[in-house]
Amino acid sequence: MLRKSLTLPATIAAFAAFTAAASAQSTATSVYMPAIVELSGGGAVSGTNYRDGMILAMEEINAKGGILGKKIDMPLLDSQSEAGIARSQVQKVLDNKPYVIMGPVFSGSVMTSMLLAQQAEIPQIVGGEAPAITQRGNPFVFRTSFGAQFSMPKVANYVRDGAKAKSVAILWVNNDFGKGGRDSFVKEMASRDIKVVADISTESGQADFSADVVKIKAANADLIFVYTNEEESARFLREAKKQGIKTPMVGETTLLGQKVLDLAGDAANGVKGHVGLTVDAPIDAVKGFAERFKKRFNYVCDHNGMKGYTAIYMVKHVTEKVGKFDSKAFAETLHGLTITPAQEPGILMEATWDKNGDIDRESFIGEVVDGKQKIVATLPKLGLK
Amino acid sequence: MASFIQLLVSGLATGAIYALIAVGFTLLWQTSQTINFAQGEFVMLPAFFILIAMNHGAPFWLACLVGIATSVVVLGILFKFIIVDPMLKHGVLPLVISSIALALFLKEAVKDFYSSQAQPFPVLVSAGDFHIFGAVISSQSLVVLGVAIVTVVGLHLMLNKTRLGRMMQATAQNPTLATILGVPVRKMVLYTFLVNAVLVAIASILISPIYLAKFTNGETLGMAAFLAAIIGGFNQVRGAILGGIILGILDNLSAAYLSSQYRAAFPLIILIVVILVRPQGLLGRVEERTV
Repeated sequence: MLRKSLTLPATIAAFAAFTAAASAQSTATSVYMPAIVELSGGGAVSGTNYRDGMILAMEEINAKGGILGKKIDMPLLDSQSEAGIARSQVQKVLDNKPYVIMGPVFSGSVMTSMLLAQQAEIPQIVGGEAPAITQRGNPFVFRTSFGAQFSMPKVANYVRDGAKAKSVAILWVNNDFGKGGRDSFVKEMASRDIKVVADISTESGQADFSADVVKIKAANADLIFVYTNEEESARFLREAKKQGIKTPMVGETTLLGQKVLDLAGDAANGVKGHVGLTVDAPIDAVKGFAERFKKRFNYVCDHNGMKGYTAIYMVKHVTEKVGKFDSKAFAETLHGLTITPAQEPGILMEATWDKNGDIDRESFIGEVVDGKQKIVATLPKLGLK
Repeated sequence: MASFIQLLVSGLATGAIYALIAVGFTLLWQTSQTINFAQGEFVMLPAFFILIAMNHGAPFWLACLVGIATSVVVLGILFKFIIVDPMLKHGVLPLVISSIALALFLKEAVKDFYSSQAQPFPVLVSAGDFHIFGAVISSQSLVVLGVAIVTVVGLHLMLNKTRLGRMMQATAQNPTLATILGVPVRKMVLYTFLVNAVLVAIASILISPIYLAKFTNGETLGMAAFLAAIIGGFNQVRGAILGGIILGILDNLSAAYLSSQYRAAFPLIILIVVILVRPQGLLGRVEERTV
């Protein structure tokens, strides 16, 4: 009996010690900034790039002494590309009082988890592009790339003025990212009197696009707009090439992403589109980052890697501006703030966050030539405030 | 009409791949009462064997041979001796559970040791197309269809026209009687596992350029092949072939003409109808068991 009564408290104490050790928090020497990203599942391409961008920035900053003298402590938690798991991971890290939360990247995961961070008044730096993320009055959510409501007008202008299309076929992925982008794009087409002759939704993780390609061919549009995630984009491009589609194809950032080019091979040649972030941008700081990333991770970074990298430097800059680790003050300071490369070289390109947490930067029009992305035009900032 | 022909050919090509996988299902069931729920992962894995061989400098054709040979060893011999033989003596259910566990293990192992991201996979022939009745048919679809047909016909000839095939059939139909007649039953069962390994490796080579090589591919493929085998008849090779082809065509036509959102539901509807109307499958035979 005595043995039993001694064993139970000892077990509880050991468990408490174990969980305390397992659950990191900000300490005197480190700041706790957990990252919830898509390391497996359909979003693994996006999440892995986002993660590696963040890791590179964290290593650089920690090597120089950290933020305000504290090293960044950034445990990585896999959302498995599932919104429910992302939400529970956010709930889990909130128990440890994070300074900020990095990620997720998938819009659906952001939408289901951002309310938790908002209630805890913890800033969340996300990779999602669905318009709704910043339209719900959440003062603690901040983007690292354009929302579709800002990128689609740029794409639409290109469709009208660059491609001179009168009719388009749309292929989109039926998740928050795809639906948001599709809705914005259709709206922009209507305002420019461009007819949508085929509107084809596909599933996240879809493997076989043969039926979709046949439907698109039958629509006989002047142009095809593709708005799906990386792997699905590559599968679609391969199927389109297989079935001999000659219609010009246009996309938004993802379609011209490095992983899509790797997977699709020569099937991606000729694809054009708007690119929010790219390592092929004609900017020296970006080229330097791309080289460091390639050297560190042995693959070519895509836009999500740049999002992750600049996100960490954004946190550093804002924190140093505030002068302390205060989550609420961080969010208040970031609204309406512009960070230039002169102020913070790691930001790579001048960026402004508006009152909703949307980001504004220069962007680009790209084209895939011989399996590589080539930037053909630079578009100015939108002027968000 | 042109679109219909394109969808039909494309569906036939996909269906032929499903059929190859489903045939393996039925062969294992007939000879050893093995329901292999890791069959989808068995199709996923050879693509990575091939990619590993290519990473070591092998040309694609050689890598394919290496992939098939490795599959025969890992998914044929090792699977039978390490998983099936020890578990089967405890009944079908433990084996089913073991195969589910194996599927999870294979999936996670590929994710951990190779990558969680999709990998590009070479195509058998470069893109090109043929115009038939106004429809544009891709050369890749025709090659997939051709390879699948040759494989199935070859298997059919082997099973029906050779002594070895007849011994395998005898083993499948009545192992006790086959033993009395001098058929080396244990060896025949092993051969069935080897045939299944070759079939899944060929299916992997055909499907991976379309799906890209990814650790999750087995989920879709395993389900498709399982449904195909039940729809066609779990105890008949020709039933599995028919089931696979029906599924491939149905998937394409339903996605194009009915709803792409609900495309995954249509095979299940067909399955329910088949179970209600003809439980043994379209070409299956009724099996009576005494208690």
